[in-house]
Amino acid sequence: MIHTRGLTRSFRTKGETVEAVRGLNLDIEAGSVVAFLGPNGAGKTTSLRMLTTLLPPTSGTAVVAGHDVRTDPAGVRHRIGYLGQGNSAGSNFRVSDELVTQGRAYGLSRAESRSRAERLVTALELDGLAKRTVGTLSGGQRRRLDIAMALVHEPALLFLDEPTTGLDPHSRANIWDHVLRLHKELGTTVVFTTHYLEEADLWARRVMVVDHGRVIADDSPEKLKADLAGDRITLGTADRADAERAVELARGLPTVHEVTADGTEVRIRTPHGDTQLPVLLRNLEVAGVRALTARLVRPTLDDVFLSLTGRTLRESADATAPTTTQDGA
Amino acid sequence: MKVLDDTRTAFARELGPELRQPAGLLFTMLLPFLFLALFAPLLSGTGPAGGGTGTGSPWQWFVPGMLVLLALSATAGAGASLLNEMSSGAFERMLVTPLNRASMLVGRALKEVVILLAQALLILVLLLPTDFRLHPLGALAGLALLTVFGVGIGALSFTLALHSRKQQTLFYGVQQMIFFPLLLLSGVLLPITQASAPTWLYVLSRINPATYVVEAERALFDGRFAEANVLYGLLAASAVAVLGVVAGIRGMRNASV
Repeated sequence: MIHTRGLTRSFRTKGETVEAVRGLNLDIEAGSVVAFLGPNGAGKTTSLRMLTTLLPPTSGTAVVAGHDVRTDPAGVRHRIGYLGQGNSAGSNFRVSDELVTQGRAYGLSRAESRSRAERLVTALELDGLAKRTVGTLSGGQRRRLDIAMALVHEPALLFLDEPTTGLDPHSRANIWDHVLRLHKELGTTVVFTTHYLEEADLWARRVMVVDHGRVIADDSPEKLKADLAGDRITLGTADRADAERAVELARGLPTVHEVTADGTEVRIRTPHGDTQLPVLLRNLEVAGVRALTARLVRPTLDDVFLSLTGRTLRESADATAPTTTQDGA
Repeated sequence: MKVLDDTRTAFARELGPELRQPAGLLFTMLLPFLFLALFAPLLSGTGPAGGGTGTGSPWQWFVPGMLVLLALSATAGAGASLLNEMSSGAFERMLVTPLNRASMLVGRALKEVVILLAQALLILVLLLPTDFRLHPLGALAGLALLTVFGVGIGALSFTLALHSRKQQTLFYGVQQMIFFPLLLLSGVLLPITQASAPTWLYVLSRINPATYVVEAERALFDGRFAEANVLYGLLAASAVAVLGVVAGIRGMRNASV
């Protein structure tokens, strides 16, 4: 569905050349749900803008839905849906009018555009708002309208740029319900960017971690967490001697990344904490070591980012925030 | 045909809110209204102004200029709506659709012109009770000329907006900087003749395309067709329209927000 080779985009700001995206090589097959995860300014939005024909690449190629973004942008536009970070509907237009205009823009007949608009209004729980002016809607309602506008032509490929930023948890869940239902019913390929780690974790089957314009990791969330972060097991023992013996025993387990002792506390990193912990406890029992407490913490994608870059996503966002405004990346 | 369908789509979208709130078109008419109400009465004491017309009523001379002022003031701000949509995300939403780029511009410009014609007609109707004499054919031709000029100014305003996306103040600054000289140098308020104006001002007014449009409108609204002024006005308005539409379409094609 998406194939890019060496896709690059640089901006010139204040006499300096900033490489927002450096040599992106992507192969995304039809029917997948893919998340771009990374701090502000990592190049997520810039990548999406190139894939959606909004921004010409500086170099490299991108074939999206079978059409080259450079030589056949209209072919790409016909086949993709896009939800930008802003509001898709003009604020002094009517909800139903904006939906019909979208349908017309994709070459649907007036009647067909109207009937699709009506169906989408119901599907996205905008009933009763069709005749309202867009500017009078709440934030969550506007975002649902944005989604509806991106879906009028039933695209095979849907790009969502931070679809739920700034929304309350209920609206966020609501939007994901709709997107995933569409994915299930029509096999729509979904590519999204997000700041919310749990969204990438919950909904994406493939997560691309992006930093400084490059993809630095690319796998399912489960594998990323298992391979790059791992579960953390923390054991509490009665004294230092027990802690030391526990360290020995833990090191004997298969696939353990790291074991450290801190006083009477033992910390273990392993990709499979859920299966390792019972084994470890049994081994301790047999060896006569008493574990007073045992705690298992599953990793988050933030741990993955931390182990890849040495920074957490939040720190990175703060550090790069001032430079991200001009390229919107 | 796709280009025509797309133009109709873009036009229909823009016209929707105007039809829902027709009172909105009164706001952009404010300037010509004020001049007609508060400035035109001063002319009645002066007799035939500018020596350009044979009829006695100063309205005959003043009103066509006001229509050009209307065309300038109503369509020059057209880009502001585009500017808003560029910062809100609505324009980006249109750019990811396969809608023809030329249609995006022409559809918007046509909507501006429809509003302009409605406003011009309203002014003419309001003037019926005065001693302003309406020559139907001349007025029709005058409105057609106004349409061509309005398309050009509207398209130029959109072009300016497309180029001001990174700095919105640029749009308003340049727009005002161009709007007022165009207006003042067109002889809308007072005649600018070789006898009445300093040479430099006269020369500047002859460079201004709006001057020719104003003179052509005065001839047409007086029912005079066979005049060189009419031809010059048509040429000037067409030149502005071609320039605006070509630059605007190019701007739309290159638009990346």
